[in-house]
Amino acid sequence: MSKWHFVTDGFIKNNPTFVLVLGMCPTLATTTSAMNGLEMGLATMFVLILSNIVISLIAPVVPDKVRIPVYITVIATFVTVLQLLMQAFTPAVYETLGLFIPLIVVNCIVLGRAEGFANKHGVVESALDGLGVGLGFTASLTVIGIVREILGSGAVFGWKFIPGDGILAFVMAPGAFLVLGFLMVLFNKYLAKK
Amino acid sequence: MAAKSTLVNMALCLTAVCLICSAVVGGAYAVTADPIAEAAKAKTTASIARVLPAFSAEPEAGNVELDGTEYTYYNVPGAGCAIISAVSGFGGVLTLMVGITADGTIHNTAVLSHSETPGLGAKCTSDEHFMAQFRGFDPAAKTLAVKKDGGDLDAITASTITSRAYALAVANAVAVFNKLKEEGGRAHE
Repeated sequence: MSKWHFVTDGFIKNNPTFVLVLGMCPTLATTTSAMNGLEMGLATMFVLILSNIVISLIAPVVPDKVRIPVYITVIATFVTVLQLLMQAFTPAVYETLGLFIPLIVVNCIVLGRAEGFANKHGVVESALDGLGVGLGFTASLTVIGIVREILGSGAVFGWKFIPGDGILAFVMAPGAFLVLGFLMVLFNKYLAKK
Repeated sequence: MAAKSTLVNMALCLTAVCLICSAVVGGAYAVTADPIAEAAKAKTTASIARVLPAFSAEPEAGNVELDGTEYTYYNVPGAGCAIISAVSGFGGVLTLMVGITADGTIHNTAVLSHSETPGLGAKCTSDEHFMAQFRGFDPAAKTLAVKKDGGDLDAITASTITSRAYALAVANAVAVFNKLKEEGGRAHE
């Protein structure tokens, strides 16, 4: 059987943002622009793929009672490595996302995939699942970012096409909830039709 | 399939995982330490270049205390002095870098970090009219405060608190500059 469905599942059926509704903290906080959403999504995907791979490999030898601390240690290691790499090579991105990079450690999506998928599946499946869920998360955050940036700043990916200020509420927290809510409705309506 | 949860197994497993993870993080730190330091230095130099006239000399960093607050400054021979000044804004700490040339006039100011309201106070990073007021400002001849407080600065529309904070941060930097000048003068005697 083809393994591609692991990727598409994560993208649509198990979409972390609009279906599982996980990882809401970075979703609401970092999507003030399309670029920020995209960068946050990619950072999370990096951790997700690597932690899925390692956890699927070590799961058979990890005693059941200490599995959560072991998983969190593995995840925290990858997050710290990512944080150091970003500080060194993309300091501007690190500055925008700031606190939300270390917070990937406690992102429910990452531990959720480790506990719910990677420790029961093989390496290849786990890597593909990480890729799928990571892409789903990245796409969702980017779409929310695009909508908020258009309404709030009249721009997309920093390219301004409506002069003036835009609707400021969409750059701030209330706009994040509104956009997330409406997009969730649209997404689930589309899923129900299928 | 999972190993048995005996005390020995658990302790061994956690120890092994933590050892390997520490080694990985340590390795990543060793590889990235130099690039991180370089990136931080490049950022500081870029900020200094924004607030002072073009310079070729290496900025010398220093710290000075004024009224119980510690300020970091960068002395650039031949160009002036860039002072980092932080005050409370409307939404959090507002940190500025203020470049002052040797004759005591402000060359330019730049926001290093802020958490002001988007579209209102956050305009202190983009409002050309507001920022232009500080360029070439002579603190000896004019008052660093918004017009509402009897000063010579136009506030950003609907963001008086941010504008006040900005003016205060610049005024503090000027006070630091004067203190440094005084100390420098004494040292030369």
